[in-house]
Amino acid sequence: MNLRRLFALLGLLIVGSTAIIAVFAPYLTPHDPFLQNLDGRMAAPFWLEGTVPGHLFGTDQLGRDYLSRLIYGARISLLIGTLVVICSGLIGTSLGVLGGYFGGRIDAVVMFVITCRLAIPLILVALTVVSFVGSSFTVVVLTLGLLLWERFAVVARTTTMQVRNLDYVAAAQASGASTWHILLREILPNIAHHLVVVATLEMALAILLEAALSFLGLGVPSPLPSWGLMISEAKDYMYFSPWVIMIPGVALFVLVLGINLLGDGLRDWLGAARDA
Amino acid sequence: MTPEPLLEVADLRVRFGARVEAVRGVSLTVNKGETHCLVGESGCGKSVTALATMGLLARGAVRSSGRLRFAGQDLTNLSERELSKLRGDRMAMIFQEPMTSLNPAFTIGSQMAEVMQRHRKVTRAEAMERAGFLLFKVGITNPALRLGQFPHQLSGGLRQRVMIAMALMCEPELLIADEPTTALDVTVQAQILRLLAGFQRELGLGILLITHDLGVVARVAHRVSVMYAGEVVESAPASQLFANPTHPYTRGLLASVPVPGKIARGSRLGSIPGTVPRIGPGFAGCGFRDRCGHASEACAGPIAVQQAGPDHIYRCQLQASWPQDQAA
Amino acid sequence: MLKFLLRRLVLALLVLITVLTVSFTLTRLSGDVAVSMAGPTASQEDVETIRRAYGLDRPLPVQFLAWVGDAASGDLGRSYLYHAPVAGLIRDRLPITLTLGLTGLGIALIVAIPLGILAAMYEATILDRAIMMIAVIGQAMPSFWLGLSLVILLGLRLQWLPLSGVETWQGYILPGVVLAFSAIPALMRLTRSGMVDALSSDYIRTARAKGLTRARIVLHHALRNAAMPVVAVAAVQLGFMLGGSIVIEAVFSLNGVGYLAWESISKNDFPVVQSVVLFLATIYIALTLMADMLNALLDPRLRSA
Repeated sequence: MNLRRLFALLGLLIVGSTAIIAVFAPYLTPHDPFLQNLDGRMAAPFWLEGTVPGHLFGTDQLGRDYLSRLIYGARISLLIGTLVVICSGLIGTSLGVLGGYFGGRIDAVVMFVITCRLAIPLILVALTVVSFVGSSFTVVVLTLGLLLWERFAVVARTTTMQVRNLDYVAAAQASGASTWHILLREILPNIAHHLVVVATLEMALAILLEAALSFLGLGVPSPLPSWGLMISEAKDYMYFSPWVIMIPGVALFVLVLGINLLGDGLRDWLGAARDA
Repeated sequence: MTPEPLLEVADLRVRFGARVEAVRGVSLTVNKGETHCLVGESGCGKSVTALATMGLLARGAVRSSGRLRFAGQDLTNLSERELSKLRGDRMAMIFQEPMTSLNPAFTIGSQMAEVMQRHRKVTRAEAMERAGFLLFKVGITNPALRLGQFPHQLSGGLRQRVMIAMALMCEPELLIADEPTTALDVTVQAQILRLLAGFQRELGLGILLITHDLGVVARVAHRVSVMYAGEVVESAPASQLFANPTHPYTRGLLASVPVPGKIARGSRLGSIPGTVPRIGPGFAGCGFRDRCGHASEACAGPIAVQQAGPDHIYRCQLQASWPQDQAA
Repeated sequence: MLKFLLRRLVLALLVLITVLTVSFTLTRLSGDVAVSMAGPTASQEDVETIRRAYGLDRPLPVQFLAWVGDAASGDLGRSYLYHAPVAGLIRDRLPITLTLGLTGLGIALIVAIPLGILAAMYEATILDRAIMMIAVIGQAMPSFWLGLSLVILLGLRLQWLPLSGVETWQGYILPGVVLAFSAIPALMRLTRSGMVDALSSDYIRTARAKGLTRARIVLHHALRNAAMPVVAVAAVQLGFMLGGSIVIEAVFSLNGVGYLAWESISKNDFPVVQSVVLFLATIYIALTLMADMLNALLDPRLRSA
């Protein structure tokens, strides 16, 4: 087996197991992730001294079980990643397909909108919106979903342009099929494999951005156990107990790495072009 | 005893991956002051033979056997670094893609000068002067202007002339020219051929000329080798080959020229029904047998190289005296 | 050439106006500024006073035009928090952010370009795979977490570098490295694919036929052509890095423009927030414009067009 396939399988394994953990979180967690225990704070994880039985990954600054919070954090990361990709995928694909299919003025407008979106400082505007509207899970999803569509748009646009001139599209046009029919039945299925690859990249990015927003205190609100928020809340203790930021950080890194590896594997498998 | 040839290629084989063998045991020699024309349809392995000789095969192509001697040196033993000292200096090559063979980011002058600066101890100004002189010699008016221009500012014909001038920068002993005049119009083509002939007389330049154009072959060739499906099927002095073509494929080529016996300038090879087969390693027999009107059972077995006259060889099971009026 | 630049300039202005309008509308539509400024304990009268004092009682388009007019003349308004002109606040903090961004870009280029070239030269070998693995890892690394981890490792454990602050030049190394990490994957991929294309081109075969050395073929003939898109993307990446430095500045407590923005966002100091958005968008647009011009200078085909 070659290296690329191996990495792709590793990605699938990471993403798959994280998804299973996220779905069955209530059955897997040893403790209530929100239950505070001020007498049992900052218990060390099992591989360090000062560990407390029953708390495999220790407890946080409020005595909550770290493993349970980590498991629920996977839920938040994956849910945010998926919802953001659905939202941004819808926006970006619509824009890109319209621009790529119709060309001319419409395409110029689409390109302009993409250029404008790129000029908006992403994190700053996301932070601003979240701070004004008030931070909540929904607001974070919507904000990121409304901002992260440009790669979908770019890829959908270029691939639509390639597909547009192919025979079967011309045949559909000649047979008098409606534009809607052509866009949904002829164009979209033929660019979908490119979009799937973009979706993995964007999902990874969305998860990282959610973590960054939560780290800055303007993402998912406390006490929800977002990995970014866990790092943020624990960073005052990191000089004495580095594991408090290492555990959620490694989780975040591994999940995002897994998604990217899976994306690369899908790219090879589906034959999509890199950064098409 | 004959003097050692300038270039000697023996039993050259080139493979692309495991399935395709593009050159299958090609042997040819180029003597000092001689023009050896390599003709054949596209895809017959002419260009690959040339690239393999220069050591310029693309990644994925492997020269699997064969002997390459240039001016008494064994090229197969040389490292890439040693080989690069010969290339551009003592052996030069002209490619058939004038539009893409020049670097778009640099001026004509700098691309020409760097060859000489690499191989000779000259200043940039001296190299530029030589470049300008050669541009003038290949018929480019206002060389000073062209030296400062970029490739995209030149037409395809001009770029091809630049390529030719660039190959001559260091007065090479061997010039391998892959379709050098294809992009040029007839007057310029004649001018270039005269120019190459002039250099040949002056410097004793040996030329391996790859071409489709039988008109060119008739004008300049001392010796002709006809290639088919990765093999040399016939090789003879030019006059011999035109007077007495022996391999059915060669006859087909010559017969496809409009006026029989007389070669019109600019006429192309072709119009033999069928296409050149893709041949992998281990292929036995004659590669032409599927398109040949004289094919028999024997053509699937090993084919001996036969003599059709002094210094005239062909690879076919037919006798040299088979009826001359019949084409393939 | 002139026509090309003129068109780009007009486009850039249009983009700027659009971004301005969007960011203005976003901040105004997402909440009542006067209420959030006055704070939760303020009375209705206090809110009204603030509303009048800052001209928030005027219709939105009027407010927008007034703000744009002031911004164009260099007046970005006054910060509620610092009671000082916003322009001055940004100016004071700009050197830190700019130094950070340029350090990050410098490190990114120094790492990404040689690695990209190596990967292309040894395309499809183990070396290529290993180098591209760095890109995948870099892409997956949460920058704030990498920053904190490096602080713990290099600052606290090994005590090689300062934990935070930029009193000395060493203070820029860690944040610069972390910031560079976000740009390295894109730059490396681009260098690699550009070099792969260039190295398989006909003009490289010509260069080999001329007997040039491997170094000259790769670094002169191939890199020159592969560099053009890298230059453009490097400029764009610098724009992203300046925008993304908000996270890094928060991690390393650097008092730059990003930190200012973060602070202002948390404290509802919206003239500052709006101005920083405007400022970063302007820089980004200027950088892309500059990239276009640089590309035109590097590519002779564009230069003479």
